[in-house]
Amino acid sequence: MNVIAVGSVAASFAYVLWVLSALYPMAAVHTESYFSWIQSGNLHIGFDLSVDRLSAVMLLVVTGVGLLIHIYSVGYMAHEDGYVRFFSYMNLFMFFMLLLVLASNFLLLFVGWEGVGLCSYLLIGFYFLENFANDAGKKAFIVNRIGDFGFLLGMLLLVVTFHTLDFGRLAAAISPLGIEVHAGVLTTIALLLFAGAIGKSAQFPLYVWLPDAMAGPTPVSAFIHAATMVTAGVYMVARASFLYSHTPIALHVVAIVGLFTAAFAATIGLAQNDIKKVYAYSTVSQLGYMFLGLGVGAYSAGIFHIMTHAFFKALLFLGAGAVIHALSGEQDLRHMGGLRKAMPITFITLLAASLSISGIPPFAGYFSKDAILLAAYHYAPWMYWIGTITAGLTAFYIFRAFFLAFAGNYRGHHHPHEAPASMTIPLIVLAVLSIGGGYLNVTKWLLPMYPAVEGENTALVALSILAGVLGIVIAAVMYWFKPSIAASMKEGPLYRLIYNKYYVDEIYSALIVKPIELFSRFVLWKGVDEILVDGAVDGGSRQIRGIGAILRRMQSGEIRNYAAWVMTGSLILLIILGLAGGSR
Amino acid sequence: MHQVPLSWYLILSAILFALGVAGFLYRRSIITVFMSIELMLNAVNLTFISFSYQLRQVDGHIYAFFVMVVAAAEAAVGLAIILTVFKNRSTLQIDEIDSMKL
Repeated sequence: MNVIAVGSVAASFAYVLWVLSALYPMAAVHTESYFSWIQSGNLHIGFDLSVDRLSAVMLLVVTGVGLLIHIYSVGYMAHEDGYVRFFSYMNLFMFFMLLLVLASNFLLLFVGWEGVGLCSYLLIGFYFLENFANDAGKKAFIVNRIGDFGFLLGMLLLVVTFHTLDFGRLAAAISPLGIEVHAGVLTTIALLLFAGAIGKSAQFPLYVWLPDAMAGPTPVSAFIHAATMVTAGVYMVARASFLYSHTPIALHVVAIVGLFTAAFAATIGLAQNDIKKVYAYSTVSQLGYMFLGLGVGAYSAGIFHIMTHAFFKALLFLGAGAVIHALSGEQDLRHMGGLRKAMPITFITLLAASLSISGIPPFAGYFSKDAILLAAYHYAPWMYWIGTITAGLTAFYIFRAFFLAFAGNYRGHHHPHEAPASMTIPLIVLAVLSIGGGYLNVTKWLLPMYPAVEGENTALVALSILAGVLGIVIAAVMYWFKPSIAASMKEGPLYRLIYNKYYVDEIYSALIVKPIELFSRFVLWKGVDEILVDGAVDGGSRQIRGIGAILRRMQSGEIRNYAAWVMTGSLILLIILGLAGGSR
Repeated sequence: MHQVPLSWYLILSAILFALGVAGFLYRRSIITVFMSIELMLNAVNLTFISFSYQLRQVDGHIYAFFVMVVAAAEAAVGLAIILTVFKNRSTLQIDEIDSMKL
């Protein structure tokens, strides 16, 4: 079983390496058309797959990190029911994600988009015997669907305007058009497509599904909700850069949404007690950074951050999984502590990941995050300041989780032990990538596609490093040296506000979910279904029954009545015959 | 000798038929109802014969034969039914044989 599941992913990764080495240096896009899918009027959509430099980066991330996570899952899911089902869903997910990345037109990308949403639902609800897992899966799918509605409208608008959905042909059709200064068709299309990205990549206001998605097994959180599926939105915007570069208004919206989400999610992550929830909000925040990078025009910085984020976030989640596995399911940070002695490998690798996400040189996260922040400064300096403060917050909450789990003394009742080799080896590989991944110069690789954004400013770089270091130091003081400070801060109303995630779920429930449910129940169910539809059907049958009751009285069983009817009938016949002129 | 006018035969036949119908509808005993049926059949026979004599054709006689044969057969079957009904219901009042109703 493992051989098929993990072997197919390993074979995909090997094949990707082979294809990329064969296609190197990839000056042009390599497209292969397999068959014609839709041919209607002047709309032609084929099953076309293409590989170019952007796809190459995504392919390597998806198959490479995917392979590591599959190997990890062999150890993590070893004692779970549904072992086979898990790997089937994971492989199905890989298929759809690769379809998404390789697609050469929007519709095929959308097939992959929906497919990964489906697999996300299946995997979040993997422990389907628990109600909250089912609810989380449904929430993820439904919130995603809201974004997909916008995506679909965007695609339809593209079809109506340009009569094609192929990336190459769209790029050729759009490039001679001017830059839209006022909102027009192109801006509308760009914003609608971005709405889909908001849903898929968990930006405000459609981020609410991602923290709940932690109900799924930890490898799922690492793979789908850190490294691959949530980056589909970022990939899509980067892929559609030929459109976004003509719509500065839409790009500005992308940057604002990304920046706001980054800061907003970071503040929520400060107070969470579940280790996976901390990392989930961190994912939302880092995705916000990626969109910020795209929005200020630094597409390659955003893609670079996808790659480094895949490394350190997958590592963070897999490490959390190792911790949870060692503590037999405990996920609350308040019941952890002192694990550095029992789980040294996990300790070292998670330290590497935490330093990387905090943007400390020479780790990978520093390179990509700084590329984004510098580009943001050149676009609008205030975005740089908010981004840097958020970076400080990021360092703080990541290291809060780290110190709560690994420093001090153990506060729980289990017997923690180090994870098996099938789990620690991927951790080590990912740690190496988190440390050295920054030297894979993605920006230079993507230069033919996305021109570089100028920015080398030592002062700004130093400031962002300082913010990260400050975050770490404060976290160390509060959670390692003097834990009493943290306890005293828990009473304030501000703490309660961020602990309860700004009550966003409750607001949605009251404003949107409840009214729709009431409408469904009282108007559509009681009103339309019971009164109108049931009334029509039952009413019809009641009428027929009434007529039948009247006609039934002819069959009375009394012979004299029958005789009377016979006589009446023959009399009528005779009269009619006589009036019609007789039988001749 | 002057003959009996045809219309008298027809009127007689009509009266007999009407009496037969009335007996069929209003009598209570099954046997009496059957006798009324036979009366109706015979009234029709009279009509056939009188027309046959009037038109000097033999067709009417033939039809009368048919009617008599049918009447005999029907009487046989009908009496068999009456016997069975009497065996099961112990009554000959048609008002009491009304179980075939909805």
